[in-house]
Amino acid sequence: MEAATTAAAAPTWRANLATVLALMARAKNELVRVPGAAIPGVLAPTIFFLGLNGVFGALTELQGFQTGSYESFIVPVSMLQGAGFTGAAAGVNLARDYEHGWVDRLLVSPAPRWVLLAGNVLAASLRALIPATFVLTIAFFIGAEWPGFDGLAICYLMVAATAAVAACWGSMLALRFKSQSAAPLMQAATMAKILLTPAYAPLALLQPWLEKVAKVNPVTQVVEAARQGFVGSVTWADTWPGLVALAGLLLLLGGLALREMRRTNV
Amino acid sequence: MSELARSARVVRALGTRSIRQTFRRPQLISPIVVFPTLLLAIQTGGAGAGVELPGFPPVQSFLQFMLAGSMMQAMMLAGNSGGIAFAVDIEMGFTDRLFAAPIPRFAIVLGRLAGTAALGLFAAIWFLAIGLIFGAEIAGGVPGALLAMALTAAAALAVGGIGAAIALRSGSASVVQGLFPLVLVVLFLSSAFFPQELMVEPARTIAEYNPLSFIVEGVREPIISGIDATHTLEAVVAILGIVVLGLVLSSRALRHRLRVG
Repeated sequence: MEAATTAAAAPTWRANLATVLALMARAKNELVRVPGAAIPGVLAPTIFFLGLNGVFGALTELQGFQTGSYESFIVPVSMLQGAGFTGAAAGVNLARDYEHGWVDRLLVSPAPRWVLLAGNVLAASLRALIPATFVLTIAFFIGAEWPGFDGLAICYLMVAATAAVAACWGSMLALRFKSQSAAPLMQAATMAKILLTPAYAPLALLQPWLEKVAKVNPVTQVVEAARQGFVGSVTWADTWPGLVALAGLLLLLGGLALREMRRTNV
Repeated sequence: MSELARSARVVRALGTRSIRQTFRRPQLISPIVVFPTLLLAIQTGGAGAGVELPGFPPVQSFLQFMLAGSMMQAMMLAGNSGGIAFAVDIEMGFTDRLFAAPIPRFAIVLGRLAGTAALGLFAAIWFLAIGLIFGAEIAGGVPGALLAMALTAAAALAVGGIGAAIALRSGSASVVQGLFPLVLVVLFLSSAFFPQELMVEPARTIAEYNPLSFIVEGVREPIISGIDATHTLEAVVAILGIVVLGLVLSSRALRHRLRVG
């Protein structure tokens, strides 16, 4: 927070930026000082990736699969899952900070509420790149196809933005319940949003009820956008719906998290 | 009152306490109920077309096939949650007070395991109910359902023994919590979610020798085709093996805990 203090006399936007960067640096420090804290976020999506590939790999033999490589099909989902876990962890960390009184100190600072939220959310976006890269490396190692630079860039963009959405969701719950006990709700809902999509199989091969849910779930567009390079070519038609879905989710959940932050009394 | 009756009272009291504790804390109950139910829905909806693959055993639906896998997942997580709660008791000094009380030490561990077994039974009933609500048939009828429930409860007790041993040895909830990924690994490397013959190598070979696969098949058989003596016996032997392992580890860890305090 020193950076924010020194920037107090600077123009508002610069002070806000300094606060956001200071909060991001704090999250990074936590990662460096407690490396073990990042392990569950990295391990869980990796285990899911390897496990699902080993268990459901034969599904590619079904008619209607766009690829014969299940690892290519499932790796973007595991990367997004890692982003979801990381985002939810940001919510859990915020709840812990609240329990320890750290949030109270932030709230009495002159920094606007949206800046405090942005620091937490952007830190989660950056952190999400760690599990995503780890899972992707393992996927390439066991035979996933190269998605091309454009496919990879879009996939990483989706990962970072998904972590931001999950962090907004987690922050909203953390500020509402003010307890780490809300962690299962943060994680379960994030997991559900990502997996109630064509995560395991293409839309046409899903059971009718899941197909209906997946069609209205905006995260389906995100999964399809992240996956496109791994199972075919990258097109604008497969990209823009994912961007619109993420922008909408960010606006909605970001707005709700901000409302909770404004309602939080010191 | 005889020594045995007194121990039974302690086991019942501690078992009841552990069940209440689980239902009061969302972070303990959600891994047993919420996550496996969510995964059951998602995997049934997402990989349900897998029943059309050549070599898939004859089943009424993928949901019917998956019920045993979900029970196993909930059972394993009940064992893990029980270990976490036990470690929290050690951290907070509650177990020390029990050690100082005039009750047999084994009853303290058994009380925790009784609670875990009851949660395993609850998980089995929960998933059988979900299956029946969503149209899955229990091929073995009431006896088949009872067998599946009994095997799941016994397996929870067995797995809980290992969780309790690690809690006693480490005395740290975070160490036991760290086993969560291992639970997932053991599950994925078994036939819990898909027929072993259709799994991809090396998962297929590992699943062939994974004791959990024998327990899963023992629970699944009464659901998808009826009670089968061979599968039941294999499941019982696998559970007994884990019970023995848990007992050995728990007694060694208990001695260690009493020595270090």
